[in-house]
Amino acid sequence: MTASQIFFLLFASATLVAAYLVVTVRNLIHAALWLVASLLGIASIFVLLDASFMATVEIVLYIGAIAILIVFAVMLTRRVMEDVGPQRTNTWWFGAILAILFFASASTLIWLTQWPTLPEGDVGNTVLILGKSLVDPSKYVVPFEIASVLLIVALIGSIAVALPSKQSE
Amino acid sequence: MPEVRLGDLLVSLYDLFGWGLSEIGLNPSVVSILQKLVAAFILTNFCLLTPLLTIWLERKVSARFQDRLGPNRVGPFGLFQGFADIVKLITKEDITPAGADKTVFNIGPVIAVASVVGIWAVIPFASTMVGTDINVGILYSVAVGAIGTLAIMMGGWASNNKYALLGSFRTVAQLVSYEVPMIIALLIPTLLAGSMSMNTIVQEQQVWFVVAAPIAALLFLISSIAEVGRAPFDLLEAESEIVAGFHVEYTGMKFGVWMLAEFLHAFTICALTAVVFLGGWRGPWVDQYPLLGVVYFLTKTYFVSMIMLWIRVTVPRVRIDQMNDLNWKFLVPLSLVALVVTALVDKSIPVDFSIGSRSLILFLANMVIVVATLLVLRGISRKEQAAQSELQAEVNSI
Repeated sequence: MTASQIFFLLFASATLVAAYLVVTVRNLIHAALWLVASLLGIASIFVLLDASFMATVEIVLYIGAIAILIVFAVMLTRRVMEDVGPQRTNTWWFGAILAILFFASASTLIWLTQWPTLPEGDVGNTVLILGKSLVDPSKYVVPFEIASVLLIVALIGSIAVALPSKQSE
Repeated sequence: MPEVRLGDLLVSLYDLFGWGLSEIGLNPSVVSILQKLVAAFILTNFCLLTPLLTIWLERKVSARFQDRLGPNRVGPFGLFQGFADIVKLITKEDITPAGADKTVFNIGPVIAVASVVGIWAVIPFASTMVGTDINVGILYSVAVGAIGTLAIMMGGWASNNKYALLGSFRTVAQLVSYEVPMIIALLIPTLLAGSMSMNTIVQEQQVWFVVAAPIAALLFLISSIAEVGRAPFDLLEAESEIVAGFHVEYTGMKFGVWMLAEFLHAFTICALTAVVFLGGWRGPWVDQYPLLGVVYFLTKTYFVSMIMLWIRVTVPRVRIDQMNDLNWKFLVPLSLVALVVTALVDKSIPVDFSIGSRSLILFLANMVIVVATLLVLRGISRKEQAAQSELQAEVNSI
């Protein structure tokens, strides 16, 4: 077993444990913090794949913005911080069957697909390759631009929703 | 045995240490891990001890600004005041408030310090002395800094105190929103250098980027002062409004650790400014003697930290609405305009122009933006004044 395999197993198991705790702990803030831990684990797996840009973006966006907003939203609901109700509903077995089915189909797909392997040695400047392929017409420029337009629409939409109506003044 | 060069002493010692270990008969990969561990240990200790000096400097300089003497009893010029304070903090009673979330309460300050120390891994002290030169250095520094925001929220929430929670809320409003102009301002040097790696950015600065991108430098300084939460942006610990903000329940050395994180973060921001805009380790004779780079880098860093101190002791604290207005109505639009103009001008300069004339053209473009901004601001303030005097006239007529 090489060092990177050991690190992969460490990070992957830490991610899974944290993800399990996200859905099982009763304190909402603790759940959000475990979510942060699990996102950190995913970022470290990106590091192992030499995808440094993906790893840092994972931290900037998911931990720096999204997780903090989740924690913020949860803090505003201080009264219901501690969930005292039962953790399972009566139809839990149905959900479990669905989850097992999904897990089985997803893992079969992953098993059957021929995944491209990471080339040995230095892969070059990954950020440069990524940046160029995002604006290359023969690669990803169309999805990239569509995503940007979508984000702009969401931005304007949220401003329109938050804007006080003229009549109420 | 590797040759010991006096001009590059620290790196030579690093090599010598590795050579010594491999002479004992250790595996090369184990040797390199040990080498890096020792280097990281020294770097971390440098980070954790630096605030002792910067806190003393801050007290002394702000005392001069306010016509006082500052610390002057412990040691020469009060230099050892910091050690006395540490002893005091350690001997104080360590209180965890009732109803506090103990684990989160204790982890908070640790994560705050760790996130700041993490930034130093990518800061180049000299051309040969950099922790790790990753190709996303700038983005990494922003990413790791963002974890500090989370630490402040953890501390504020776990204290089980309304004032601490209010401090945390202000943190989100301030730190997350000021990240926007900060990242856009950092995009401009990235664009000029063509890389996000810190060492490449320093190497590309034959002319410092503060000349080619003065607006970006100013925007970065303002938004990063807000990011650290120091005066005039110290809303998260405004004593007159919310007692002490997020760290109101922390006592003893735990409080000291929060202070350490804050002062180290301020110093780190100065170091980032020096690296990205003031040419980092660049200076005369640095090619022959890389060790000189450390001196240049630290000099520039302390210079920026003097500017920050100067702002801190002269500008009063902004109100929370002013803080949001300044960010969203001024800094963000200005940073977007500066980014677009820099990109267009930089692309339209012919390739055969020298680096000096290139910087000069970019500087002039920046000055055009400054003049335009001032004209727009003047127009707005005149309109406001006119509206106000109209209102006054109405009141007088009644």
